[in-house]
Amino acid sequence: MSGAREVVLARIRAALCDVPADEQAAPPTAFVLGDDGLEEPAFVLRSRFAARVEDYGARVTRVSVAPAAIRAAVAQACVRHGIRRLAVPGDVPVEWLPPGIELLADEPGAPLSRATLDETGAVLTGCAGAIAQTGTIVLDGGPGQGRRALTLLADVHVCVVLVEQIVGDVSEALAAVGAVLGQTRRPVTLVSGPSATSDIELERVEGVHGPRRMEIVLAG
Amino acid sequence: MSGTSSFSEAAHVALSNSQQRRNLRQATTSIRAKRDAAVGEVDQWEALREEGRRIKDRTMRHLDVHLERLEERVTAAGGHVHWARDGDEANAIVTRLVRDAGSDEVIKVKSMTTAEIGLNEALARAGIVAHETDLAELVIQLADDRPSHILVPAIHRNRAEIRTLFRRHLADTEELTDDPAALAEAARRHLRRLFLSVDVGVSGANFAIAQTGTICVVESEGNGRMCTTLPQTLITVMGIEKVLPTVADLDVMLRLLPRSSTGERMNPYTSLWTGVADDPPDGPRAFHLVLLDGGRTETLADEIGRQALHCIRCSACLNICPVYERTGGHAYGSPYPGPIGAILAPQLAGLRDHTSLPWASSLCGACYEVCPVKIDIPQVLVHLRGRVVRQAKQDGWRGRVAGERLAMETMARVFASRRRYEAAQRTARVTARAVTRDGLVRPQLPGPLGAWLSSRDLPAPAAQSFREWWRAQPDQSDPDGHGGAA
Repeated sequence: MSGAREVVLARIRAALCDVPADEQAAPPTAFVLGDDGLEEPAFVLRSRFAARVEDYGARVTRVSVAPAAIRAAVAQACVRHGIRRLAVPGDVPVEWLPPGIELLADEPGAPLSRATLDETGAVLTGCAGAIAQTGTIVLDGGPGQGRRALTLLADVHVCVVLVEQIVGDVSEALAAVGAVLGQTRRPVTLVSGPSATSDIELERVEGVHGPRRMEIVLAG
Repeated sequence: MSGTSSFSEAAHVALSNSQQRRNLRQATTSIRAKRDAAVGEVDQWEALREEGRRIKDRTMRHLDVHLERLEERVTAAGGHVHWARDGDEANAIVTRLVRDAGSDEVIKVKSMTTAEIGLNEALARAGIVAHETDLAELVIQLADDRPSHILVPAIHRNRAEIRTLFRRHLADTEELTDDPAALAEAARRHLRRLFLSVDVGVSGANFAIAQTGTICVVESEGNGRMCTTLPQTLITVMGIEKVLPTVADLDVMLRLLPRSSTGERMNPYTSLWTGVADDPPDGPRAFHLVLLDGGRTETLADEIGRQALHCIRCSACLNICPVYERTGGHAYGSPYPGPIGAILAPQLAGLRDHTSLPWASSLCGACYEVCPVKIDIPQVLVHLRGRVVRQAKQDGWRGRVAGERLAMETMARVFASRRRYEAAQRTARVTARAVTRDGLVRPQLPGPLGAWLSSRDLPAPAAQSFREWWRAQPDQSDPDGHGGAA
């Protein structure tokens, strides 16, 4: 047991001598504000999500849930960016994979090297959820998403979002995130558009270190 | 750096830098408009702010409980928790951890806390190179400059200055233009090599969740993800006030922070990690969390001042502050500039080192209005002014505070007696007339009174006071109604 730990904790307790000894530290129940209890229909959430994610400079392609439609949209995104090699998580649904593209699968037992990820240039993943209000996708390392480095080093991120995965606001998404954080050690990343900076005269530039282009295939 | 060289002296220098003033005015005007639009979209913004305040207030009241819980959860998730009484101790811990990892360089996420404790300088003394990877922090590091804004540390520099800097320091930049996209591309190429090769990452933390042992870093560029994902070892230095009890509390903060900070609905990347992820493996194989006191417990002991610890580093108060917009961040002499810096820096570093900062404000209250967690900055400023004066009394009255006390005591004596008051009026009128031009009193005075008048208009006194006029009226008794003379 370190001395610093005891000293800091003792200092905190001394500083809080005004707090009644019987006051409970227990946090209150989950706070949800702005939720009027009405379920918004899926088509409203889909439109809002698409508009908000486009605001960040991402490109959205709307397709049906048919695997062939998703596959065609992924293929078109590859053509747009001149992608010939695509990194994918090992468990990505095979029916999404376009023909004629070299695929590099990243498996927990056989991970792609950083250099390979850096050179590959594009990645295809699914997601754990999406937030309509903020145009955010949630990656939690679950099925079809892979580890974080996969969606980080590529220059183009193609992400398939199913309409049923879209929730209304941040609170609903964090309820699901809370379950992952509470039960696993899997990291969670909230992604809202491509990487960006406003560090130079507060002028927004899309694409700094993370993917510079984001392609959302919105299915359903 | 000590603030006793005085905010007003430093501000004077900053005010004569017209380039910086132009850069700052343009930047703060644009970010204020973006924030207003983003906040305007939220129906119950005021209720959300109030909830943010309540969460922070309640968390601080039981900080020890939450920190012990955080430690327990981080440890259970395979992380290591270290406690540091002050900046030196934190720096020593990080230095040892980097050495133990067998590295002589680190890649860093932008972090206010590590700037506060001077981690980069401490690592340099130990022969360890710290690479800043945030674009603005890179600019600051290359220019050997100091940050002047919490969110945009190089806000005082324009694109042309940054281009000059990059052309001097980065490879293959002979053709570089001053287009921000081209400058960002140059930084990307320069830093990508470091991201792929350096094996120790150092970050701060925006939030830590006691319930799950999760650390949260909020960012835009992706350098934060790089530094917290790619290295084998990750070291996070966090002030003890950053802990939140639950994920539900994080929810409220994530709805407040981006809109207040960059004026976005959500920032591009929010990273959440819990200890070491091993099933499946994802990211660093070793995680260390350094919990820093560094004056925070002392701040916590002040029942009014402790709300400064609620700050979530959004910088909305800087962007709205009329003083900050004109002086810039350097004048505050602390890594934390602006209104929040004026109440946080003196408390963290000790009031004796920053006696002038509580006066770096016009008390207009705009900072309180925009604060996402409703820190009553004007209230704390006034409270700290009182503490500075009480402390000066204890120390036997020295310096500026002593002069002010003398002036106030003299004024009290003059105001207490009608004879003295009227005599003072007459003296002031005669004196003022000699230095009146265009209806304004413009004396060339040395010292604090001259400084006070140099930025304020004092209209010339009337030729006759009300009392004198009244007495001159036929058949009027004394204006005080007493009849006789004093």
